[in-house]
Amino acid sequence: MKYEQEEQVMSGLSGDARRVKSLCFVKFAEILLLESIITETQKRISNAFDVFDHECNKTVDVREIGTIILSLGCFPSEAELHDIIAELEDEEPAGFVRYEKFLPTMTKILLEHKFRPITEDLLLQAFKVLDPQKNGHLEPEELTKYLTQEGESFTQEEIDEMLSAAVDPDKNVILYKDFVSMMTFDDTR
Amino acid sequence: MGCGVTKTSEFNRKFDKDGNVIPAAITMKAAVLIQRWYRQYAARMEVRRRYTWNIFQSMEYADLQDQIKLYNFLGYLMDNFTPPSSERNLISHIFRENEVCRDAEWERYFSYTNIDVPDIYSGPRLTFPLDMDQAADLVEAFKKKQQLHSRYVLQLLLETWKLLKVLPNINRVSTCHSKEITICGDLHGQLEDLLLIFYKNGMPSLEKPYVFNGDYVDRGKDSIEILLILFAFLLVFPGDVYLNRGNHEDHIINLRYGFTKEVLNKYKLHGKRILKLLQKIFSWLPLVTVIDQRVLIVHGGISDTTNLALIARVDRHRYVSALRPPKKKTPSRTNVYADSERYDEMIICKNRRGSLTFPKPFGARESFQRRSLQDFSRAVARTLEEEFEVRRRQGEFSLSSFSKSHRILSSAVSSDSEPESSEFTDTSNEEWKQILDLLWSDPMSHDGCIPNEVRGGGCYWGPDVTEGFLNRHNLQLIIRSHECKQDGYEFCHNRKVLTLFSASNYYEVGSNRGAFVRLGPDLVPYFVQYQATSMTRGLSFPQNVKRTEHTALKVLREQLFVHKSDLLSAFQEIDKENTGLICLNEWASAIERVLHLDLPWRVLHPQLVSSTTDGRLDYHGWFRDLALKKPSSEHIEQTMLETLYRHRSTLETIFRIVDTDNSGLITFEDFRQTLKLLSAYLKMEISDEVINKLVISTDTNNDGSIDIDEFMEAFRLVDKSRLERGKSLLKLMQDNQETESPQPVYSTAPQTSQCPASQPADPPASNTTDSACSQTANPPALQTADSPGSLAEDCPASQTEDLCHISVVVPPQ
Repeated sequence: MKYEQEEQVMSGLSGDARRVKSLCFVKFAEILLLESIITETQKRISNAFDVFDHECNKTVDVREIGTIILSLGCFPSEAELHDIIAELEDEEPAGFVRYEKFLPTMTKILLEHKFRPITEDLLLQAFKVLDPQKNGHLEPEELTKYLTQEGESFTQEEIDEMLSAAVDPDKNVILYKDFVSMMTFDDTR
Repeated sequence: MGCGVTKTSEFNRKFDKDGNVIPAAITMKAAVLIQRWYRQYAARMEVRRRYTWNIFQSMEYADLQDQIKLYNFLGYLMDNFTPPSSERNLISHIFRENEVCRDAEWERYFSYTNIDVPDIYSGPRLTFPLDMDQAADLVEAFKKKQQLHSRYVLQLLLETWKLLKVLPNINRVSTCHSKEITICGDLHGQLEDLLLIFYKNGMPSLEKPYVFNGDYVDRGKDSIEILLILFAFLLVFPGDVYLNRGNHEDHIINLRYGFTKEVLNKYKLHGKRILKLLQKIFSWLPLVTVIDQRVLIVHGGISDTTNLALIARVDRHRYVSALRPPKKKTPSRTNVYADSERYDEMIICKNRRGSLTFPKPFGARESFQRRSLQDFSRAVARTLEEEFEVRRRQGEFSLSSFSKSHRILSSAVSSDSEPESSEFTDTSNEEWKQILDLLWSDPMSHDGCIPNEVRGGGCYWGPDVTEGFLNRHNLQLIIRSHECKQDGYEFCHNRKVLTLFSASNYYEVGSNRGAFVRLGPDLVPYFVQYQATSMTRGLSFPQNVKRTEHTALKVLREQLFVHKSDLLSAFQEIDKENTGLICLNEWASAIERVLHLDLPWRVLHPQLVSSTTDGRLDYHGWFRDLALKKPSSEHIEQTMLETLYRHRSTLETIFRIVDTDNSGLITFEDFRQTLKLLSAYLKMEISDEVINKLVISTDTNNDGSIDIDEFMEAFRLVDKSRLERGKSLLKLMQDNQETESPQPVYSTAPQTSQCPASQPADPPASNTTDSACSQTANPPALQTADSPGSLAEDCPASQTEDLCHISVVVPPQ
């Protein structure tokens, strides 16, 4: 409806005025779009929050925040995650985070696309870096060493979990190409 | 492994094919990338695991609520009306109260001496008094899947009964002599878990005392074996084995959740007597155990009025079942329940199909505690008053004078050893509430104490109540069970309350671990977790999650399907222009309004909805995709099907009770009566015509009786989406050497003359279980919910000779 009105108005205007009008129009549309994106985003945040809101009182245990943030598609570093949690936990000594506080913070993070996603290709490249001999596979011990000693180290539990899914039981190595595609497929299921 | 400061690049230097060093910075970056990505994946898995868990739990509670409602309705009928004798017989079948008898008479009834044990019987032959070796032999025998002969069962149970009668309500245990006490939570008929505990921890003995915290039976398939083992050890080591009563040690609950069925199937000749004896034994089980006067062990929990002094004084055996509270005997015999006029506050939401749902909350707490479970039925009855009026006029129910019905009641009062029928007063209601609280309550995180309307009995109690209770009684810890926990145990209330659950894989293979705890004189808990099935070995964490999720979603889809009519009307209300489309948000809120399951529908929607156009769902198509009716049930009208499907477990239970000779067949008349009762309860007309149609279609034997299994078969739905998705899941499983049969198997419909010519695309298969994946050795309530025809008995025994995944955890102080 708005579009039709615009058309009518526009046809009665001079060239410059028309351009200005169409710019405004575009901005307006962008705002609408942004609004709907925000609403959608906020719904996603709300849903994810609800899964962990056991008491159904719009609070979650602060220890679950990391999981929630990650599940919404972000890839923050551990340090960044700590910062976010610290900010949320401010004034919440009880160990709970309220939804009213979580929503704006999370919305901002998601809308700003603060943390770039990690694609399948990028992941594959990472594995390949660890396999410069181009064997096509990695030894479990090797991968363990890397992931538990370098970067943002895995805990024993994390590496165990990952290996249980990654190691080919017959050959006892990690066929990382298959692993990556399997995991990516799972995720989108 | 060195854990020095410079642990990185020195050790992990990489070289490429040409022997050039890869810069450490790059390998680190690669590692970080992988770590971040994996953590995100794990987080998403965790979310799925969570909501799967939520699904199981809310289904479980919804199921329990339904059941309680129906039984209370029947109880109400029994108490307040004198239906024609045939119906009365039917109801009294269900509520066969103990006749007032002396002990001597009971001894005669339970006599086993006439039972001969044939020579070919190769199981254990017990001699009393039992000794340690016999107890151990019994365990061995059950491990080898043998069955104890009914003669010895009765004998063992009789001895147990005698012993329990002299035990106090409160077991008092001491850890002196440096004894460590082992405490186990719910077992729910899962023998593998008990065997695993014994394997890991040793069997009960003088040096190894045990406390078992209730819920030994129901859901799992070896409930009677667990009981026999526990009772045997109790008899051998009465000072070192302590049994608490759980809410499932209750014969009415057992009717629904599988224990009754299990016993009747395993002991066709003497099952009824065994069950009767167990009914008494359950009522004589102690209520709580206290260790060193510091630690309370109770099955459910506490309330703000829990008073151990009072508990110590009650006649616990009078409270036979949570669903049959003590009757109030008033001088004016006009109304059985003198204080029953409180249901004015209760509003019943009637939806069109007449399935009654109860809103929350239930009104003031005091009135709730009085009303308790029984009151559901009164509220039901109130709206049905008009119905009864109509029927009375039609002469189907005779609203006799209450004195007449009251006489029936007073003879139905349960009291085995007291000769005179007890004077029930306010005290007994108070006592009953105390017991209910002990066995049914759950902790919550907020302060306060509110009625537990999810379970229908007991309450939710908060940390302040725990504080107060512990202080009043000079205790330091409450150990309870009653709730399934993913890791087998969980602390709450500032580590003052510990929930302990010993049935692993409770909802589904891989759904949770079990745990037991050891307490030494220092009273510091030491946990051992386990997962007792060989199926989980070889399944990675994500596979476990997916598999469990799959089962949960399947059940959820069924629920959606059987509420189709209600959902359809809800959707159509929103879709006023009748476009056939509805947006996802509205879809989610409509579902929540209809099902009241309190699940995160928006998170779940990708799993339940296969495709949308522009974010809108074609709901007619969606219903078609959800599930298919079996061909034999297609002649049953949709709403009828939904209703019967929703109550099929109850229906089946009642059928089996009515089937007094356990032949698997019931007469037309009984079938008819059952359906009519159900129709009264649901305020839904199930006409004779419909009943006849149902009867004809399922009476394939043409002999005037109905095969219960065949009838229930009609209500199994074909999981269409599984047919389609089965392949990708299959590949995944096959790649990991799963041993299940690959094709989901569905039975083809029994060929009746009404079978429509064109059938849906069912793969022809053998007549057995539904999804092979979810059919495990531990089919819980979930299993009974989705495949009534094929029960625990049909499952192959689990191969659990190899016990696995035993991990030891010592929590920090």
